[in-house]
Amino acid sequence: MNSLLRHKVTPVWLMLILATVISWEFGHGLGFGSHYGYATVAIVLIAFIKVRFVFLDFMELRTAPLPLRIVFEAWAVIVGSAILALYWSGT
Amino acid sequence: MWVFILGDMLIFALFFVVFVYYRAHDVPLFSHSQSTLSQGFGAFNTFLMLTSSWFVALAIQAARSNLGKLSARLFALAFLCGFGFVVIKFFEYSEKIHAGITLTTNDFYMYYFVFTGIHLMHVLIGMGVLAFLWSTSRRGVFNEKNINVLESGASFWHLVDILWIVLFALLYLIK
Repeated sequence: MNSLLRHKVTPVWLMLILATVISWEFGHGLGFGSHYGYATVAIVLIAFIKVRFVFLDFMELRTAPLPLRIVFEAWAVIVGSAILALYWSGT
Repeated sequence: MWVFILGDMLIFALFFVVFVYYRAHDVPLFSHSQSTLSQGFGAFNTFLMLTSSWFVALAIQAARSNLGKLSARLFALAFLCGFGFVVIKFFEYSEKIHAGITLTTNDFYMYYFVFTGIHLMHVLIGMGVLAFLWSTSRRGVFNEKNINVLESGASFWHLVDILWIVLFALLYLIK
């Protein structure tokens, strides 16, 4: 069990938890004060960075055939960018 | 399995875009409604989802090392996290319904109930998948075929995690 816990998915999980705490704080005023727009950009970017790590290290796309990895990474980039563009159109 | 996962991801991509598009047209309503959400429930459910995905990733490693019992235990822990997610969602929905907030209250809550409801169905299906993976691993006999089955089921559970990561950010956090 101990050697299993040393597998790289454990630091990835810890990083995902830490990223969640940071984005939670950004959503509650930390760092950006009343600049809600910047806080939102940070929250969305963190969410999609988390998604990318789940793709690469939990779903093991880091070692998958390149075309498959590209499709998933493209999904994260396109959907994240669309969300940010639509968000800014309303601010 | 990859085709199914990608199809599901495309549908949810549409959900995310539709939500942000309509939010941009009525920011005050969406912001006010968001402030009435149970943020703690949402955050704790994110912790449960991430942790269950971690258990599943470890279970796959254990299966590859021929550690059937350990793999089964890890799938069982992931299942329990999924069950915890469902229980918390039940409390969250109950709290809203008791406060008179339903699907028809406003646009924000329509999206909230529909998107989290569809996601909850994924969690329930995923728990069924995890139960199947648990029973496969506890037999302790691993070959290329059943490792592939475990990996496919695990990928579905990671998809459920991914969809929640984005839903949590959009519904609970963005300002």
